[in-house]
Amino acid sequence: MTPPSETPPETSPKRPTALRLHRALEPIYASDPRFRGWFTTNNNNDIGLLFLIAAAGFFVVGGVLAMLIRAQLASPRSVFMGPDVYNQVFTMHGTVMMFLFAIPFFEAMTVLLLPGMLGSRDMAFPRLSAYGLWCYLIGATTVVASLIPGLAPDSGWFMYPPLTSTEYSPGINTDIWLLGITFIEVSAISAAVEVVVTVLRYRAAGMSLSRMPIFAWYILVVAVMILTAFPPMILGSVLLETERLLDWPFFQADRGGDALLWQHLFWLFGHPEVYIIFLPAAGMISTILPVMARTTLLGHGWVVGAAVSLAVLSFGLWVHHMFTTGIPHMGLAFFSAASTLVAVPTAVQIFAWIGTLWRGRPRLDLPMLWLLGFFATFVIGGLTGVMLAVVPFDWQAHDTHFVVAHLHYVLIGGYVFPMIAAVYYFLPIFTGRTRFFKLGEVAFWLVVPGFHVTFLAVHWAGLLGQRRRTWTYDAGQGWEIINLVASVGSFVMAIGFALVILDVAVNAAVSSRGRRNPWGAGTLEWATSMPSPSYNIASIPVVRGRYPLRDDPDLAHRIARGEGLLAWPARNRRETLVVGTARGEPLQVAVLPGNTALPFVMALATSVVFLAPLIDAYRSAGVALLAVLALALRWAWTLGSKVDEGPLDAGHGLALPSAAEVPDPPGWWGSVFLLLADVTQFGSLLFGYAFLWTVAPNWPPPSYLAPGLWGPALALTGAAALAAGPRLAARAIGRTRAPWPGLVLALGGAAALAGGAATVWAARDPTAHAYDATLWLLAGHILLHAALAAIMLLYLGARVARGYASPARIGEARIVQLWSDFAAATGLVALAAAWLPGAFA
Amino acid sequence: MALVLAALRRRPPAGTDDTGAERVWLWGLGLAFPAVTLVALTTYGLVVGERLLPRDAPDLVTVRAEARQWAWTFAYADAPGRTTEGVLHIPAGRPVDVEITSADVLHSFWVPRLAGKLDAIPGHVNVLRLEAFAPGRYDGVSAEFNGTGYRDHAFAVEAHDPAAWAAFLAGETP
Ligand code: HEM
Ligand SMILES: [Cu+2]
Repeated sequence: MTPPSETPPETSPKRPTALRLHRALEPIYASDPRFRGWFTTNNNNDIGLLFLIAAAGFFVVGGVLAMLIRAQLASPRSVFMGPDVYNQVFTMHGTVMMFLFAIPFFEAMTVLLLPGMLGSRDMAFPRLSAYGLWCYLIGATTVVASLIPGLAPDSGWFMYPPLTSTEYSPGINTDIWLLGITFIEVSAISAAVEVVVTVLRYRAAGMSLSRMPIFAWYILVVAVMILTAFPPMILGSVLLETERLLDWPFFQADRGGDALLWQHLFWLFGHPEVYIIFLPAAGMISTILPVMARTTLLGHGWVVGAAVSLAVLSFGLWVHHMFTTGIPHMGLAFFSAASTLVAVPTAVQIFAWIGTLWRGRPRLDLPMLWLLGFFATFVIGGLTGVMLAVVPFDWQAHDTHFVVAHLHYVLIGGYVFPMIAAVYYFLPIFTGRTRFFKLGEVAFWLVVPGFHVTFLAVHWAGLLGQRRRTWTYDAGQGWEIINLVASVGSFVMAIGFALVILDVAVNAAVSSRGRRNPWGAGTLEWATSMPSPSYNIASIPVVRGRYPLRDDPDLAHRIARGEGLLAWPARNRRETLVVGTARGEPLQVAVLPGNTALPFVMALATSVVFLAPLIDAYRSAGVALLAVLALALRWAWTLGSKVDEGPLDAGHGLALPSAAEVPDPPGWWGSVFLLLADVTQFGSLLFGYAFLWTVAPNWPPPSYLAPGLWGPALALTGAAALAAGPRLAARAIGRTRAPWPGLVLALGGAAALAGGAATVWAARDPTAHAYDATLWLLAGHILLHAALAAIMLLYLGARVARGYASPARIGEARIVQLWSDFAAATGLVALAAAWLPGAFA
Repeated sequence: MALVLAALRRRPPAGTDDTGAERVWLWGLGLAFPAVTLVALTTYGLVVGERLLPRDAPDLVTVRAEARQWAWTFAYADAPGRTTEGVLHIPAGRPVDVEITSADVLHSFWVPRLAGKLDAIPGHVNVLRLEAFAPGRYDGVSAEFNGTGYRDHAFAVEAHDPAAWAAFLAGETP
C-alpha cells in the first residue's frame, strides 16, 4: 500500500478509524438478523457456513451407512440385512460420500475462504452461491430421504445399465439417483463458474497470477475440471433417464445401443472426479504445511505445474476403470502406461511438501498432526493404486474388497484427513476462537489407527477373493477374523470422527477469543479481524508479493484503517475490485447484489423441475420450468442501471469504470465458462454418437436420415442470421442507434435454425434405434439453444427499450451475442453430424 | 514416511538455499525417481499381460459362456448343440478360448485360479484365454455387480483328462 504508516497499530491514534470503517461497512454487507435472514443472505460467510454444516451432516449420514455395512459384514451369514437392503445401503454410502459430502465440503471451504485469500469482498456471483447451496440442500435431502421408504438407488454408485434400465430396475430408485444427482450437479457447475471468475478477476490490486495464493491455483484447476468432467456424466444421466422414461434405446444392444457407452461417459467423469476431490485437499496441504513448518512452500511453480498436469492427465485415464470390459490390447497398454504416469506429478507434489518440511521448523499442532496422518495413509494408497494400474493385477483385484480398501485409502487419507486439518487450521477465521480443549488429539489417535486397522484388513480380504458389493459370506473360508477386525477398527474410527465433530462444535461455541493470525501465516485471509467480518476485508490492499502479510506485518491494520482501495462505502452499496486476469492491475469496480430471497425461490422452483418427474407430475415440472425462466429473467433484470455513472473513485486517486459499463462485465466471463461446460456436453454427445457408430452392435442403422433441401437451407440461413443479428444490434447500441433490425434478424435466425432442427424430429422415430434417438438429442440440443438465444434476444430488446443499454453499457448485448454464436455454431455442427451420413449413403 | 519423520526432527541450517533444495527434492525425487520405477513396473506389467493374451494354438478348444441373472450357460464348439448349466467343462492341459457374452445385464467371468476376469456385455463377445494345467474342479464367480442375486451367482470349471474330455464330448454326463 502506498502511504506508509509510522505508528504501531494498537497505540495508534488512528485506531478509531478502523472502528468507524467497520461500522460503515457492516450494515451494508450484513444479512438480515431475523430468521428469514438465512434464506435471503448471499454473503459468502453465511452461505459457506451453511454449506459446511450441511456437507458435514451428510458425512455423518454416509458414515452411519458405512457402519451399517461394517455391522453386516462383521460376521458370516449375518441376518442383519438382506441383499435388497444391503444394495441400497452401499449404493447410498458411495453416492452420499462422493456427491453429497466430498464435493460440497470443499465447495463450502472455498466459498468461505476464497474471497479472503484473494482480498475480495465476496465471490463473483454471490446469488449464484446461494442458489447452488439451496439446490444442493433440497436435492441431497430428497436423495437421502429415499432411504426411509426403501426406495433408494440400489445398483452401485456407478449405476451401470442395463441393470439400471427399466427392464431390470423398474422402480423409481434409479430415477431418484439420476434426477437427484443431476440436480445437485447443477449446483456444482454454478459453483465452478463462480470460482473461475472469482479467481481470474476478483483479486486484490497487484495480485498477479504468480502472486496468487496456492489454494487459489488449485481451486481454479478444480473448477475448470468440474466444468469439463461433469458434463459427460450429466449427459449420461440424460441418456439413461430418457431411455427409462421415453424408451430411447441408448443402452440396449438389440436396438443399436451399448451398455459400454455409459461406462465411458461415467468414467470420463469418474476418474477426473477422483482428482476433483483430491486437488482441493492438496491445495489445503500446500497452504497449511508451510505455515506449520514456519517457512514458505518449496517450488511454488512446480506445485502449480503438478496440479495442472494431474488435471490434464486425469482426463486421459478413464479407461483404466474398464480394464475388464474387453478393451483392445493396445488400448490397455496405452492406458496402463498413462495411469502410472500420474504418479510423476503426484511425486513432485509429495516431495515438494517433504522438502518444505525439511527446510522449515515444523511444529506439531493439531492441523500438522492430521497432515502427518495424511502422509502415512496416502503413500500406501498411492502404492496400491500403482498396483492396480498394472493390468494383469487389475484383472484379479478388480471388484474385490482390495479395490474398496484402495479407494478408501485415497479418499479418507487423501481427502478427509487434510480437510480435517484445514477445518482446525481455519477455525479461528470461521469462529474467531482458538482451540482450547484437547479432545482433538484423542480423536486423532482413534481415527488414524482405527482407519489403518480397518482397511489393511479389507485389503487382505480382497486378496483372499472377497468380492465387493456382496451382502454376506460363508463361514469357513478364513474370512471371519479379518472382517471382524475390519468392523471393530471401523467402529473405533467412527467414534473418533464423532469426537472430531464434537470437538469442533464445542470449540466453536465456548472456547476463548483468539487473536488475529494465530499461526503467523502470510496470506491475506488472515489479514482481517477474527472471525472474518461480513465484508471480509475493510479495504482492498495493493499486494507486491506472494505472502503480503509476511512481507508487511502491519498490513492488517492498514487494511482495517481503510488505507487500501474502495475503503469508504461512499456509494452505499457492496463494491469490490475487478482486476486484470494476468497482472492483477485494477480495472473495474463490481457492484455486488444485496440480500434477496430470489436464489432460494429459484432453487425451490428448480427442484420441482427435477423432482416432479419422479411422481410423474410432468405438468408441474413444466410449470416450474416456466417459473424458473421468469425468475432467471428477474434475476438478470435487477442488475445494471439506466444511466452511465462514469468513472468511480476507488481511492488512492484511482478512477475506475463500474463493471456494468465495460465490454466484458463479470457476467460475460461467467457466460464464457458456462459455455465451456456446454461445449463439453455437446462434445460428449458427439463422442457418444461416434462411439455407438463404431463400437455398438447392430450398426449401421437400418436406414439413414436424408437431409432433403428445406432443412439444410433453413439451418444455414438461420445460423448466419443468428450470428450476424446480435453483432448488428451490438454495433447499433454502440452508436446509440436503434438495435431493432439486428434483433429481429437474430430472432428470425433462431427460428429458422430451430425449424431446420425440427425437420430431424419430424423424420425419425426416436424409439426405433439408438441412431434415431441420438439424432433427436442432437436436434434437441439445437432447439434448446435456439430457444435460449431467442429468450435472451427478447430480454435484450426489453432492456434497450427501458433504457438499460448505452454505448458504455454494452455488456449485455455482448453476452447475448456469445450465446447466439454458440447456438449457431454448435447447431451447424450438430446438423452436419446428423445429415452427412445420409447425404453420402 | 521415513523422510517426513526425519524432516520433523531436523533443525534446518541457517541460510537455506532454494535452488539446491529444488534440485534435490523436485528434479531428483519428484521427477527422476518415479519415472524410473514406473517405466520398470509398466514394462513388467505389459510383458506379463502379453503372455496372457490369446494366441493361435493348434490344440485350441473354444467354448461359449452366456451369463444371465443369475445363471451361466455354457456351449461347446466341439459338441454342437450341447449345453451345460452352471458347470463349464474343459480339457486340462490345453488352451481354451471362452467366448463370453450376456443375455441381460453386465456380468463378469472370473475363475481366480485360472485367469483374470473379463466382462460379459450384452451384444458383445469377449474372448478369454485360459488353461487348466491339472484336471480338477475350479470355482468361478460373477465379478460385476448384477442385482440381488449377485452373491450366489457362481459357477464351476471342470477340467478333464483326455479320456474324460472325450467321454464328455461323446455325450456322457460326467
Ligand atoms: C467412515 C469410514 C468408512 C467406512 C468404514 C467405509 C466402508 C465401506 C465399505 C465396507 C464399502 C464396501 C461395500 C461393499 O462393496 O460391499 C464402502 C464402499 C464405498 N465407500 Fe466407504 N467407508 C467409509 C468412508 C468413506 C468415505 C469418506 C468415502 C468417500 C469420500 C467413501 C466412499 C465409498 C465408495 C465410493 C464406495 C463404493 C460404493 C459402491 O460400491 O457403489 N467411503 N465403504
Ligand atoms: Cu480412475
